[in-house]
Amino acid sequence: MGTKRDIPQHLPKIATGIQGFDELSHGGLPRCRISLLKGGPGSGKTVFALQSLVNAARERREPGIFVAFEETPRQIIANAGGFDWDLPALVKNKLFFMDANLSPDVVQSGEFDLRGLLAMLKAKKEEIGARWIVFDGIDVLLTLLQNPKSEIREIYRIRAWLEENEVDGAIITAKIDGDGSQIANYGFLQFMVDCVIGFEQRLEYGVPLHRIQILKYRGSAFAKGEYPVSFGPSGMEIAPPEPTEIKQLASGERVSVGFDRLDTMLGGGLFRGSSTLITGVPGTSKTTLSGKFAEAACRRGERTLFVSFDEGPDRIVRNLTSVGIQLKPYLKNGLLRMYSGRTESVAAEDHLATLKALIREHQPHCMVIDPLSAIAKAGGLAAARSVANRLIYTVKDQEITVVVTAINEGTEPESEATDLQISTIADTWIHLSYLIRGGERNRALTIIKSRGTAHSNQVRELILSDAGPKLADVYTAGGEVLMGTLRWEKEDEERSKGLERRAEVDQKRVSLELAEADTRAQIRVLEHDLERQRIELAAYSSDDQARIVSSTDREKVLLRIRGADPAGGAGNGAAASLAKHRGSNGSAKSGKKNKTDSPDGP
Amino acid sequence: MARKKKSRAAPDITASTVVVMVLYVTESGPNSARAIANLEAICEEHLKDKFRLEIIDVLEYPRRALADGIVVTPSLAKLSPSPAATVVGNLSDKLEVLRALGIRG
Repeated sequence: MGTKRDIPQHLPKIATGIQGFDELSHGGLPRCRISLLKGGPGSGKTVFALQSLVNAARERREPGIFVAFEETPRQIIANAGGFDWDLPALVKNKLFFMDANLSPDVVQSGEFDLRGLLAMLKAKKEEIGARWIVFDGIDVLLTLLQNPKSEIREIYRIRAWLEENEVDGAIITAKIDGDGSQIANYGFLQFMVDCVIGFEQRLEYGVPLHRIQILKYRGSAFAKGEYPVSFGPSGMEIAPPEPTEIKQLASGERVSVGFDRLDTMLGGGLFRGSSTLITGVPGTSKTTLSGKFAEAACRRGERTLFVSFDEGPDRIVRNLTSVGIQLKPYLKNGLLRMYSGRTESVAAEDHLATLKALIREHQPHCMVIDPLSAIAKAGGLAAARSVANRLIYTVKDQEITVVVTAINEGTEPESEATDLQISTIADTWIHLSYLIRGGERNRALTIIKSRGTAHSNQVRELILSDAGPKLADVYTAGGEVLMGTLRWEKEDEERSKGLERRAEVDQKRVSLELAEADTRAQIRVLEHDLERQRIELAAYSSDDQARIVSSTDREKVLLRIRGADPAGGAGNGAAASLAKHRGSNGSAKSGKKNKTDSPDGP
Repeated sequence: MARKKKSRAAPDITASTVVVMVLYVTESGPNSARAIANLEAICEEHLKDKFRLEIIDVLEYPRRALADGIVVTPSLAKLSPSPAATVVGNLSDKLEVLRALGIRG
């Protein structure tokens, strides 16, 4: 507005103060020139014109005149009652409304002109020192002329008047839809004025969408293309093409998402003021994760805003309680504000206005929108996309840590790209999915991205319990991620394998111990044997002499019994031959036999 | 207040039939000149002297016109007898003017 740096420009401009428009038009409307606002009924022309007037009156104390051809001033003031302009107060001293409606009872007879009207306006302008003038719905009057030439003549008359009277801002609005075939001089009107702004209201999937487009701006650059228009408490807002400057501070502070393991996976939590997108098909616990985040924020004592769509706060609180997330106490003490919006036939732009108002009102540090994709339910996807982007930028500009969820119908996270396309602007993207293995659906959590964070790239299983959500390691076996029962089985298997191994070891030890004991026992037995043998041996050795002696004696006895030759030689020889026989076997056998036979014989 | 005030009082006083009119014009404009001429002709033909006409130049008296709720010029306002009526334009469509003034054609 007034504080804008003066950029040298060919054309002096006058700011409208309408959020977004002065950026689009690089400074506002052309000064001392006519701007034509064209569009169908209800497209926002009157609001734009009146808001420019109100802004000039309130912010620069510039009086203005509003010439109402279409509606009565009373109607216009009543219609603007929804905006915080305090129009009745302005009407007293800064704004003059001229009722230029021809009553339906008025009879027309022949041609008329605007000389008288302009004379009246000149008088009024001089009286109040007006700097702005709006001709609202000029087409209503001009069509009564039923003569294109006369219409052109009157428009020229207005232009000449404006030049002569040096009005800073001059706005003419006209109901011209599409190609302007309803009004014959449409082409001429466009040609004659210096700035043409098109307004459009169209239904997309049953929801009205407002658009603004600068069609022509003589001598000035401007942002081309259509831009979404929303109506908030302060009037019309236009979404500028993109945030002109990103001023968010990058915080190094981490805030917990509510449970340790996910914090760890994210390298310590989410950055304060960052945006996190949680995607997943229905039922993957997106709400639970966001609820946990909200609970953690409240625990830290931070003001939190929880926005949900098509599901009441009560139900959400109840459902979250079942998984151990307690939001009720924070709702009671006012730390947590829950808002549940309807999506049925509500334009995305209107959601944006509502959420902005909620943020202004509650001043949250943390915010959840679950699911953000709901804003695309009614109305077009393009509009929802733009709103989602602007919403995230708005939230980030205010350094609110935000977690938004989005439902993606497909199972692949990549399919989110066809949806709201917020994954590109989100700082962190957590994807929840179902993995179906072995006849079970299990929730899997993956961190797809997390800016400025060395995040884990591992898949984790998300388990819900009374104590809240938990993350569990998953097993990969043969290139497959194991979860749920399979994980449990695997864990069980691992457990029993361990037990088995331990048992085996135990068994081995026992058997080794037994073997050792056995060996020891054997050693003892052997030692005993040895001892016995030793004793035996000793005993044997002492016997030996006696035995030798006795054997000699026995021979002697034998010889004596056999009556053998008592010659010592014979005796010796016999003994010697006996010994000889013992030493060599076989051939001597018969001899021996004979010998042995002989003593046996008679 | 009006610079030009052409009031022609009716000589035979049948008050109920006197038509009171104000014509708002911009003297310099061709439409206004035509309107004055057209109206004078109608009055001459149909009302004789039973009318009172005030002609106001809006260029001269814009505030008066504004207060009277005038939008375009020329505009003819019939104030009495009731009902009040307004005719805009150069009054070239005589039948419309007569009907608005409550004069049988």
